[in-house]
Amino acid sequence: MESGFGRNRYYIIIAVLGILALVYIAVLFNIQILNKGYKTKANQNALRYKTIHPARGLVYDRNDSLLVYNEAAYDLMVVPAELRTFDTVSLCKVLDLTKEQVIKKIEKATKYSKILPSLFEQQISKEDYGFIQEKMYAFPGFYVQNRTLRKYPYPIAAHILGYVSEVNEADMEKDSYYKMGDYIGKSGIEKAYESVLRGQKGQSVVLVDVHNREMGSYDNGAEDVQAIQGTSIWCTLDMELQRYGEELMQNKRGSVVAIEPKTGEILCIISSPSYDPNLLVGTARPKNYVMLQEDPKKPLFNRALQASYPPGSTFKLANGLIALQEHIVTPTSVYSCSGGGYHIGNHVVHCHNCGGLNIYSAIQRSCNSYFCRAYYNILSNRKKYKNIDEAYTAWLDYMHSMGFAQKYETDLPYELQGSIPTAAYFDKKYNNSWNGNTVVSMGIGQGEAAVTPLQMANMLAVIANQGYYIRPHIVRAIGHRDSLNTQYSNKIYSKIDPQHFVTVLQGMKMVVTAGTGRGAQIPGIEVAGKTGTAQNPHGADHSVFALIAPANDPKIVIFCLVENGGFGASVACPIASLLAEIYLNRKVERTDLEKRMKELSFR
Amino acid sequence: MKSIDSYKTYSKGYDVRLIIYYIALVLIGWITIYSTCYVPDGTNAIFDFSRPYGKQLIWIGTSILLCIAILLIDKNIIQHYAYHFYLFCLVLMILVLFIGTEISGAKAWIKIGEFSIQPVEFMKVATALTLAKFFNEGKTAVEKRYGWLISTAFILIPIVLVMLQHDAGSALVFFSFILLFYREGLSGELLLLALIAAFLSVFTLKFNETYAIAVLTIVFIVVLLKDRTVKKKMQRDIIIYVISVLFVFSVNMIYENAFEAHQKERIASIMGKTSDPKGADFNLNQSKIAIGSGGFFGKGYLKGTQTKLKFVPEQSTDFIFCAIGEEWGFMGTLVVFALFLSLIIRILRLSENQRVPFVRYYGYGIAGIIIMHFFINIGMTIGLLPIIGIPLPFLSYGGSSLWAFTTMLFIFIRLNDN
Repeated sequence: MESGFGRNRYYIIIAVLGILALVYIAVLFNIQILNKGYKTKANQNALRYKTIHPARGLVYDRNDSLLVYNEAAYDLMVVPAELRTFDTVSLCKVLDLTKEQVIKKIEKATKYSKILPSLFEQQISKEDYGFIQEKMYAFPGFYVQNRTLRKYPYPIAAHILGYVSEVNEADMEKDSYYKMGDYIGKSGIEKAYESVLRGQKGQSVVLVDVHNREMGSYDNGAEDVQAIQGTSIWCTLDMELQRYGEELMQNKRGSVVAIEPKTGEILCIISSPSYDPNLLVGTARPKNYVMLQEDPKKPLFNRALQASYPPGSTFKLANGLIALQEHIVTPTSVYSCSGGGYHIGNHVVHCHNCGGLNIYSAIQRSCNSYFCRAYYNILSNRKKYKNIDEAYTAWLDYMHSMGFAQKYETDLPYELQGSIPTAAYFDKKYNNSWNGNTVVSMGIGQGEAAVTPLQMANMLAVIANQGYYIRPHIVRAIGHRDSLNTQYSNKIYSKIDPQHFVTVLQGMKMVVTAGTGRGAQIPGIEVAGKTGTAQNPHGADHSVFALIAPANDPKIVIFCLVENGGFGASVACPIASLLAEIYLNRKVERTDLEKRMKELSFR
Repeated sequence: MKSIDSYKTYSKGYDVRLIIYYIALVLIGWITIYSTCYVPDGTNAIFDFSRPYGKQLIWIGTSILLCIAILLIDKNIIQHYAYHFYLFCLVLMILVLFIGTEISGAKAWIKIGEFSIQPVEFMKVATALTLAKFFNEGKTAVEKRYGWLISTAFILIPIVLVMLQHDAGSALVFFSFILLFYREGLSGELLLLALIAAFLSVFTLKFNETYAIAVLTIVFIVVLLKDRTVKKKMQRDIIIYVISVLFVFSVNMIYENAFEAHQKERIASIMGKTSDPKGADFNLNQSKIAIGSGGFFGKGYLKGTQTKLKFVPEQSTDFIFCAIGEEWGFMGTLVVFALFLSLIIRILRLSENQRVPFVRYYGYGIAGIIIMHFFINIGMTIGLLPIIGIPLPFLSYGGSSLWAFTTMLFIFIRLNDN
């Protein structure tokens, strides 16, 4: 080895080389070991955490008819952190959005989370899905997520089935299960059975390449979580009955509630006008929802559960039962009806001069005088009760025991409690100076009492069961058609003894055979019923009918109310009767009546 | 040492260490190329010659033939035909301007059937040989002014041609012969001046003229105070100061006019002047993310997401170091550094120990080229340098590059044998 000049330079070169290498290695040490941020960034780049949304559980009726199923849909998701400059123009064109809308949506998504996916556009069409999927590379940060949408084969039972929509912030706050863009049951069965129907979300971790293409699962799916499908539900509804009932109630305002008395299962629950549940699905939902909300006919309003009506003459049944229980009347005792009705001073509760009648004929003819007198006597029974307050409270207890003025709190959406005032209310209203006659109109179902159609139907179930009811509910079985929902199966007894129901039921039979409800007769089936005409301060009276069939072995109780329909006998009675016929016979022979009822319009 | 010496007898005195480093680097290269092209859930037959790793196998196979051929040539023939080789390569370089194929902006390839060769890769070998021969023809030639001019011309001609091919990266590589010039007597002060000019350029681009001149002025005042007693030195200082100021003002003008848009973007990116990680900085960012996410031990072979999912561009060629950093981590990058440094230092050491100056000149020439390639390539992947598209020797995918570096190294191994 030579020494001197060249040798020095050799060492200088080696030294510079060494320093350079050290600098590089220091930089490598910094980015590979000290700085942990690159690891996160690499994962953000390549891994996409996709939520697998399970299909919601199906909903069947009591006879296995499918009421709600699912249809494939595609949601366009966006991950703000993965966004790069993209072809805004063609995205706008495909999705029919303005540039401002796109910017706003991205801002909203960014606000929620930069790295979690947000819903960008829900339920894009199959064609748009195809287009976007093909040009995914042009839209980095976007991806399509498969979803399912609710679909209803029959446009019925909208109120009770309810609808699903994306979760809002309150939902996410309440339950951390929900993430932006998830769906949640917002009303009806969808809401009440959300935890059953929704299933369990899964997750798949997929690799995404720089062209925004999915390249298969990460780590052979080791981090994937299988989604669990939603559990199916069998509801108590009878699809045929529900559909037929909605047809009969078309062009009318009102409600029908039918219950199987032995089980408390709601066979049909109608609120008219209604709407097609398919309207509240998919991208059209917000628009349609507003349309329904602004409709003056209020189709979203569920009259069966949320409307309170004066009970009308059908309330006489309950009052008759209490009078019998309190020994105010007996099956044979007679009140007379003359002079145009029941007189209180100058005031007259009008009636038809029925003459002397017992409770059977009183029910049969819906005698106002009889039930006013009976009610007055219940409240004036000073042998048993010290004062009006006590007597009234005792009466109210009976009413409560038959299910009035309370919520059943089963699986029904938004029940109204209804109301029958307390003694204290009247004390205050009449300054402690009131008696049976002050409130006597409640004896015939007018005045302060307010009930929902469901509560009236429930009272019929109490009569049909001769003393008890099972809280009305809408879901029969969960998971399997035979795995019955036993949550609501306990019997709730009224404070009325069984024999009195026999008496009242007898009166109801006479209503149909020879009384105000002859229109309810069904060939081959003995029907018990009670007409009602609920006075309506806002317009024509409401037509009301209560029905129990078959009278000797009740399988169905029906309460029907048609707003402004006039006499109970004219509209509500034939509708209830037709419904009982189709339910019990599975067909209707009285087609003329059916046609007439469908054509009737009270809007 | 003893075992290596005993090998020497078997290998006719060829330097076994260099051959081992070469084999190791080429193998690492191929293994990494395989990984970058590996398709999860797909077929990845090793002998699939339609895939880059399959083709690289062909290049490696032919390179082995090339090695054997070179080791069998008479040393004198190599030296004798150095100028011929240089001229031949120059002709190819000119030819490529007319019949060349453009790949990613550079018109630097000559297409022959399925394959393309890149003349500039061989031009580097030819230039190293030519300079060695020229230097060897007499110290006088080197020491005289014309000697320097002629040898500089040997370098500048290919630089001009390669610039005409829009291949700035390769042009830069020819500056690596400064190492040889330095070793053979180029003034250190001159190099220092060049370094200062480079520093001023970077400083001006990174900040602005005002700051650069402020710094210059402070330094100037300090130097002036130091030299205040010697009038001649003060005159010199003033001249240097004025030239420096003019230089600073011209930097931005040169930057604006001499570079093409994409080059300016890359330079701005490295200067931290743009902060658009989704746009211009994308490649640089993804490359750093790939290496950085490797951690200490790496993600494991075939498990790099950055490279496998194509977030890093050109990962089998210019950005191959990313795949190593990602899948093998800091350990892997250290191994690559160790191999390259060993190789370079070995070449320098063997050159220094040569009795034949021709081999020393040649050794320093190629050591410079390898150093330049190595530090530019890796500097670009870890964000120390702007993105300059030159391959990592022996590792990057590509026939021309592998052949040229194989030729380069094995000529040295052959010449070194004595």
